[in-house]
Amino acid sequence: MTPIKPYTFWGFLKSRGVHFVSGVPDSTFKQTYDSLITDDDITFVPAVREDVALGLASAAYFNDRLGAIIIQNSGIGNVVNPLTSFNLIYRIPVLMIIGWRGYGGPPNDAPEHWIMGDKSPSILKTLDIPFESLEADGFKESIDGLLTTMTEKSLPGALLIRSGVVQ
Amino acid sequence: MISRIHAIRIIAESLQKNDLVVSTTGMISRELFITDDRSGNFYMLGSMGLVSSFALGLALLNPSNRVVALEGDGSALMSMGTLALVASEAPRNFLHIILDNESYESTGGQPTITNQIDLAKIASSCGYQKADRIENGDQLSVALTNSRNNPGPRMILAKVGIAPVKNIPRVTHHPIDIRDRFSNAVSNMLPK
Repeated sequence: MTPIKPYTFWGFLKSRGVHFVSGVPDSTFKQTYDSLITDDDITFVPAVREDVALGLASAAYFNDRLGAIIIQNSGIGNVVNPLTSFNLIYRIPVLMIIGWRGYGGPPNDAPEHWIMGDKSPSILKTLDIPFESLEADGFKESIDGLLTTMTEKSLPGALLIRSGVVQ
Repeated sequence: MISRIHAIRIIAESLQKNDLVVSTTGMISRELFITDDRSGNFYMLGSMGLVSSFALGLALLNPSNRVVALEGDGSALMSMGTLALVASEAPRNFLHIILDNESYESTGGQPTITNQIDLAKIASSCGYQKADRIENGDQLSVALTNSRNNPGPRMILAKVGIAPVKNIPRVTHHPIDIRDRFSNAVSNMLPK
């Protein structure tokens, strides 16, 4: 399956109301991240850490918008506290676009990604955060399903993106 | 030196209707809550260190409102990277107030490191338009007035004493009620 092009990815998210994004880059979605920075229809703030991105993007809720963050899964650890003591208790939805390094565990990817690569889904499950593992095939339906759950439950949600799914 | 609750009273008196205030976890939110429980206050009950990034997002999205991030030295030290980001994004409507008692008072008064570290100097060197270090109530009033009449981002670092308010209640609003009240306040302030 051909990877999703940056223009297609952001075009679809913009059509779903995502216009305020903060994040930390990852090589999983290098071109997609680069195109985010230059997208005139998205306000992008380059965060200094993943929890900072989450704090920033959460502000969009109060302007009746859906904020998004884009991070590497190593940063899941940095957002656990703000998720549990902020977004989940105040019920503030934010779309978390997460590059899935270390998918499948060792020997894939570098050693520092082995454990989080294996544990990323189970951490999200433990926190009762809805998530989808994105595939290029049928990605629109997958994202729409996640956004519907996030809206109905007023919860943050995550898209886990493996290498090769988006450019 | 003034007490923190006294500083919060002076800050509360200086607020205008359209100001959005985000206050940090622990005693600072509780003291703001008992001083002036206004709809434009967002009490961040947990997530120590997150106030400044959330307030930065609000400031960028609501450029016609003044946004005040109200936190302590412990919280500011936890997210020093955000000082650089605030300076880099440079919202003119951003006021960062740090009530610096050189301690984690909410957890029992353990010392921080701000007896040696000047957060106002750090904010200045990051690129805040102005960072006032103030030591008494009169200086605080002047700094608050100046912050309203001049472009931000600005910081007011208020050195305050350790003086716990006895029997201070927790914020009694449910988090979702805090969210919805603040959300309504932001909506009602949007330019018509």
